[in-house]
Amino acid sequence: MSQRQVLQVFEQYQKARTHFVQMVAELATRPQNIETLQNAGVMSLLRPLLLDVVPTIQQTAALALGRLANYNDDLAEAVVKGDILPQLVYSLAEQNRFYKKAAAFVLRAVGKHSPQLAQAIVDCGALDTLVICLEDFDPGVKEAAAWALGYIARHNAELSQAVVDAGAVPLLVLCIQEPEVALKRIAASALSDISKHSPELAQTVVDAGAIAHLAQMILNPDAKLKRQILSALSQIAKHSVDLAEMVVEAEIFPVVLTCLKDKDEYVKKNASTLIREIAKHTPELSQLIVNAGGVAAVIDCIGSCKGNIRLPGIMMLGYVAAHSENLAMAVIISKGVPQLSLCLSEEPEDHIKAAAAWALGQIGRHTPEHARAVAVTNTLPVLLSLYMSTESSEDLQVKSKKAIKSILQKCTYLPALEPFLYDAPPNILKHVVGQFSKVLPHDSKARRLFVTSGGLKKVQEIKAEPGSLLQEYINSINNCYPEEIVRYYSPGYSETLLQRVDSYQPLAN
Amino acid sequence: MREAMATLARLQARSKAVGQQYYFRNSVVDVFRKKENDAAVKIQNWFRGCRVRAYIRHLHRAAIIVQKWWRSYLSRQHYQLVVKLAYYTMKMNLYNEMAVRIQRRWRGYKIRKYCFDYFYLKEYLRAVTETNDAIRDALEEFAEMKEREEKKAALEREEKKRDYQARKMHYLLSTKQIPGIYNSPFRKDPDPWELRLQKAKPLTHQRPRVKQKHSISLTSWLACTSNRSFPRSEILPPINRKQCQGPFRDIAEVLEQRYKPLEPTLREAEPINELKEAREDLRRQEWIRNVNDNMFLPFSSYHKNEKYVPSMHSSSKYGPNSYGCQRFRDENPKKWICPKEKETRSNMDHKNKGQVNTSLIFM
Repeated sequence: MSQRQVLQVFEQYQKARTHFVQMVAELATRPQNIETLQNAGVMSLLRPLLLDVVPTIQQTAALALGRLANYNDDLAEAVVKGDILPQLVYSLAEQNRFYKKAAAFVLRAVGKHSPQLAQAIVDCGALDTLVICLEDFDPGVKEAAAWALGYIARHNAELSQAVVDAGAVPLLVLCIQEPEVALKRIAASALSDISKHSPELAQTVVDAGAIAHLAQMILNPDAKLKRQILSALSQIAKHSVDLAEMVVEAEIFPVVLTCLKDKDEYVKKNASTLIREIAKHTPELSQLIVNAGGVAAVIDCIGSCKGNIRLPGIMMLGYVAAHSENLAMAVIISKGVPQLSLCLSEEPEDHIKAAAAWALGQIGRHTPEHARAVAVTNTLPVLLSLYMSTESSEDLQVKSKKAIKSILQKCTYLPALEPFLYDAPPNILKHVVGQFSKVLPHDSKARRLFVTSGGLKKVQEIKAEPGSLLQEYINSINNCYPEEIVRYYSPGYSETLLQRVDSYQPLAN
Repeated sequence: MREAMATLARLQARSKAVGQQYYFRNSVVDVFRKKENDAAVKIQNWFRGCRVRAYIRHLHRAAIIVQKWWRSYLSRQHYQLVVKLAYYTMKMNLYNEMAVRIQRRWRGYKIRKYCFDYFYLKEYLRAVTETNDAIRDALEEFAEMKEREEKKAALEREEKKRDYQARKMHYLLSTKQIPGIYNSPFRKDPDPWELRLQKAKPLTHQRPRVKQKHSISLTSWLACTSNRSFPRSEILPPINRKQCQGPFRDIAEVLEQRYKPLEPTLREAEPINELKEAREDLRRQEWIRNVNDNMFLPFSSYHKNEKYVPSMHSSSKYGPNSYGCQRFRDENPKKWICPKEKETRSNMDHKNKGQVNTSLIFM
């Protein structure tokens, strides 16, 4: 009888503990309770419960801790300082899968906040245990372990190197091949986080044979998985030409172009990022993308989205056009220039405008045909207004100035140059007048048009220091015309005429 | 003798008159003589002059002939040189002209074949536009198809949901006695739900569902074999190709010749201003890549507007101090202890050098 009473006491205690831990775990899901929980000293209470006899209590305590640590980094630091991590790591190796999932969740929650906390996790030897968890049969455990590893590797190159040294990469590649979609997502995101820091890490990921598996999964219908895959491929391809070539050899073109038509915005963004990272290395890779019709797909993609999603696509066009004039011509005939000028005028943010200005400059700087193609769309006045406006950021001003200069140096399309005579500041005016002085001596119709449109008058009004380049250009323009016309349009001519009238003595009859 | 004396006296008497007569007659004659002399002189003069002139004329003619022949000889030589030169120039002009023609053809060919083929570029751009259009169409189709699939999937989901609801609510079916709620007698025809309820099979009790193992089917989207996937690259040509019948050259030879790469001479391959061109190229590339054109100015430019402060040596009015080894040590012979002059370093060095050399030899 008394035995039962004794046992009852224990049962009640156990029920109380279970109830407490479950309630704390539930309360921790809501952010507004967490402050109160913290002030009530929940950490110190949860810590002994981790070592509880009953496995359910352990698991729920770990879950509660994880949720608390997830919320903000003070709590995560408290977890680290409270020496909970070694215990977690030790039991990760031993316990059942629910506990493993919860413990991996705690490690992930602690490791995501800052590099120092992630370093603390690495220091207590969690990486080896997490890698062992990656070999577990249960996909949930694998997912939790992969997630934790991904968050640790995200911060900087040393932590990534530590993760790689623990032997995580081949196991992650195996995880990608598993049938569960969530596991694939997490494994792809972990690989992406590992390979983004340095070429050596990316090479390690490639050596484990990741590219083939990643490339196979591009056609998977799940949008979040596609995001991670494309992000992983772009992080690998961005480091060097060899890696980009390896990514291309996995035959992602033209399949990747279908991702540019996806409904999900971030899939589009990551796909255009991947294409950009490949295109920026060498002209041959850009040529490959052009031959596969990538430029048209990217231009359509730019047309269909707004804001930051467009940015990688715009940069990709700039990189392709920068390599050679044939590629720039390919961009022009794919109708890229009207789209870019649309971006330039309608986007509100400065950095996107700066990217569009830079891309237009790269397209138009090669030959007079290219400059003409850019000038015809009336983008030059827009660029000029961006350069001159006081509200644009310095980066935007510098880029638009560079673009204007490089396009103007090749532009022979005079109707586009004429408005520049009136509005441009002196350093740009020099180039404009220089272009006029190159074109006018050879083209009689243009000369006539120049006079009738009032350009000659404006040129006469320009003040230039004698001996400067501007003065030479003005002289060469004046030499194209007979002296009377030049004198007629020079300022103050009416005064000189009137003076002559005043001083004229009529012949006495 | 008397006669002689008489004659003498007579002669003496007449001598004066004779003398006078003589003188008179001589003077008269003298005038004539002078005249005649003058005339004779004149004639001789003239004659001599004529003779000399004739001689000179003769000489002249001879000289002219000699000069003529000599000059003609010189000019002919000169002319031959001129002709040679003109001929040479003409030939060189011809050769230049021909060389220009050859070079023109060759340069045009080289540029068009190896450096820049305009028609190939045009063709390439046309092909790119075609590919772009094809890709755009394909992507449009793809997007449309995806939308259609989504709509279909949504409809199916709706249908399934309604079906499930009908199966759950099958008891609301109307019976003969009691019309169901969807079959109100005041309606003309029954509500579509009524029909659905009629068709629906009632739900059975929940049996424990056997969990299906995840199986990886080989015909899944992994293989990219469906119609939606983009076409793969074309089949490669067969390895062993039979030679075509007929008087055709070996195809390997033909291809080798057609796609032979350019083997330029050293002068072409490495032009003399290659370094300059490379520098210009680099500068252009840098100008393209650099967003900011201002070079990084070294810190020394900070001091550019500082005034120049001359050093003490040049600004002092006493001029620079004499400098050199002689002045490093302050020599004051009066302070020396030993009377003879101290050995200078150079003497000592010589002595030491000699010793050192000998020691080196012994080593």
